[in-house]
Amino acid sequence: MINERELIAVLQQGLPLDSHPYAVIAEKINSSEEEVINYIKLMKEKGDIKRFGLVVRHRKLGYKSNAMVVWDIPYDRVNELGQCFGQFDFVTLSYRRPRHLPDWPYNLFCMIHGQDRDDVVKNLQFMIKNCNVNGVKYELLFSNRCFKQRGALYVHGESEKNETVVSLKEKRAV
Amino acid sequence: MTIDEVRQADVIDKTELIQQLMNEYQHDFPLSTTPYADIATRLGVEEQQVIELLRELDTKGILSRVGAVFRPNRVGVSTLAAMAVPEHNLESVADIISSYAAVNHNYEREHHFNLWFVATAENAEQLQNILDDMEAQTNIRIMSLPMEKDYHIDLGFPLKLIKGGLLHD
Repeated sequence: MINERELIAVLQQGLPLDSHPYAVIAEKINSSEEEVINYIKLMKEKGDIKRFGLVVRHRKLGYKSNAMVVWDIPYDRVNELGQCFGQFDFVTLSYRRPRHLPDWPYNLFCMIHGQDRDDVVKNLQFMIKNCNVNGVKYELLFSNRCFKQRGALYVHGESEKNETVVSLKEKRAV
Repeated sequence: MTIDEVRQADVIDKTELIQQLMNEYQHDFPLSTTPYADIATRLGVEEQQVIELLRELDTKGILSRVGAVFRPNRVGVSTLAAMAVPEHNLESVADIISSYAAVNHNYEREHHFNLWFVATAENAEQLQNILDDMEAQTNIRIMSLPMEKDYHIDLGFPLKLIKGGLLHD
């Protein structure tokens, strides 16, 4: 029997770099290699696991610029545009979120990556052109300092690995 | 071929191998008993080379982990939260927020709302308690923007190795 909570707790630490990584996990949670593999497959099929593989830190690879674009999109177009934005490979997230009026009128959020600021702006213009965005209010929020970045920990145990990333300060565009 | 030329060829091979590894295995990592050996066979190298390369990428901080990206709100709950922090307090407030185990991403963004973070918990009540506690600790209001709908299909990010990235240090 697999204890899902235990499996998630171990999985969020990352797969061991061992010849038989699923067997190592199985041993930690008193299960079998086969059960672990099958349960991960099941979570993938159900959509609980969105993606299973290498999780890369883009900034360290030279994709030094990333920005959040936030849009104020009328209700009748938000699904269409959310999907349109989500299809570009430089967009890594496209989420609808609630507005917070009057402080925050935006209801659609996308993360855009690029090699530098100009690259990000070019990508944004590409989205606007290709998804037929007219008369929509938006803002581009460039990220500056990264105070912390690691995988999400839904289950908080003693063994958690904190991968705090500090002072990756970007050069501001002149 | 001179020794220098041989070395140069090795470097190119390694770079290509890293690029292949990253582009083919950000999704659909093998769910077999020997995933690293399977990857090695597919890329035409040895299992130990794959493991050592991943270890190197991990040490350099390029690889966050090999593993699962869970769908938001399927396993536990999460929210994107924003704060408008006075500039002179930003670092100390950011440190307080980062100190919570529930926080995974915490970024400064160029906006009136200048601190953005993602917080996760096992359930909604626990998440609310964490946000309440953060407000009490920092004396700053938190705007919580939980995801309502996900439009993006996460297939990983096609990567080209860029000059200036850590691999070229």
